Amino acid sequence: MSEHKGRRSGKKKLWAGLGLVAVVAALAMLIGGGLKDNLVYFLTPTELEARGASVQGEAVRLGGQVKPGSVHWNADHHDLRFVVTDGKTQIPVHSTGSPPSMFQEGIGVVVEGKFDSNGTFQSDNLMVKHSNEYHPPTKGESPRETFKTLMPGNGTSGSKD
Amino acid sequence: MTELTASPRLKGWHRLLAFLAVATTVVGSIIGLFVVPPDAMQGNVQRLMYLHVPAAWLAFLAFFIVFVMAVLYLIQRDPRWDMIAAGSAEIGVLFTALTLILGSLWGKPIWGVWWTWDPRLTTTAILLVIYVGYLAVRSFAADPERRARWSAVVGIVGFADVPIVYLSVTWWRSLHQPPSSPMSMAPSMLWTLMLNVVAFTLLFGYLLVRKYQVAVAERALEDREAMR
Repeated sequence: MSEHKGRRSGKKKLWAGLGLVAVVAALAMLIGGGLKDNLVYFLTPTELEARGASVQGEAVRLGGQVKPGSVHWNADHHDLRFVVTDGKTQIPVHSTGSPPSMFQEGIGVVVEGKFDSNGTFQSDNLMVKHSNEYHPPTKGESPRETFKTLMPGNGTSGSKD
Repeated sequence: MTELTASPRLKGWHRLLAFLAVATTVVGSIIGLFVVPPDAMQGNVQRLMYLHVPAAWLAFLAFFIVFVMAVLYLIQRDPRWDMIAAGSAEIGVLFTALTLILGSLWGKPIWGVWWTWDPRLTTTAILLVIYVGYLAVRSFAADPERRARWSAVVGIVGFADVPIVYLSVTWWRSLHQPPSSPMSMAPSMLWTLMLNVVAFTLLFGYLLVRKYQVAVAERALEDREAMR
């Protein structure tokens, strides 16, 4: 019993040591790591444009609002084009694959990707930001079934062709 | 010695606490799943809120208790404070993990991703690491007094992350939305959420009492083995 115990506590100590290293690293990251600079999660269209050519071909996150009337969704090719705006600057975005079901005109989005040579932001990952407001559907309105509807309304909502 | 032989059966107010915790959890879940209407925008997925938010609240509460107990321990050196801190940290780790898992399940259908390194998610992941580290420190130190002292330091310093997690969505840009308020939620949803917060808090109280009882029994056993 006691000889087993020695080995076991040795192993335990190793894990505990690793845990200790992890917690110290996490704390160092938190306190000393230039928290503010590292936590710019996304750039606004204006900030991204100001960086200009320096971000050409570089993977960045762009955040803003989907400009109303700018959404072109091709359901057959799963091809999506829209404009992200912060009210001042507008950046055209191209994305392939199905957008999250909450995606719609006027909603906040965060897009990961890079500029192509034409100045279009090529998205690898499209994320939808939702508000902190919650309320039941009003009379006559049916709640959104997020798992069924790819795009709100009909299947090609926003398509202007 | 009497603690060791104390009956493991629930007595008196422990029993009442267990009953209340289970009853409110069952009622809260039924209301959250079937009674309260779904969200107009998110549909039924939004019902995850009734678990995700209480879990996050409990993680904060648990680590706050760790913090207070750690301070008390360093002042008074009473091992009972240390035992409560340890139990609370363990439950806090459980609920932090639950918060992350539930949030991830919610994120996929609504945001479009299981995970992203935004400030709220990142600081919460760090929170989990800190308190897993706290538990690791405890198993590292064999001597009960040193164990209590070391872990108290981690419990106090590590708590700094809790307000950072909470305020991350206000301080920095993130994908996670800022906290909801009674103004930004329909009353029926708010009441359901509050009921589930109460249910989870009772559950936490019950778990903490039981963890404390186990810790007392373990300590008695340790002392007895040390004497041999």
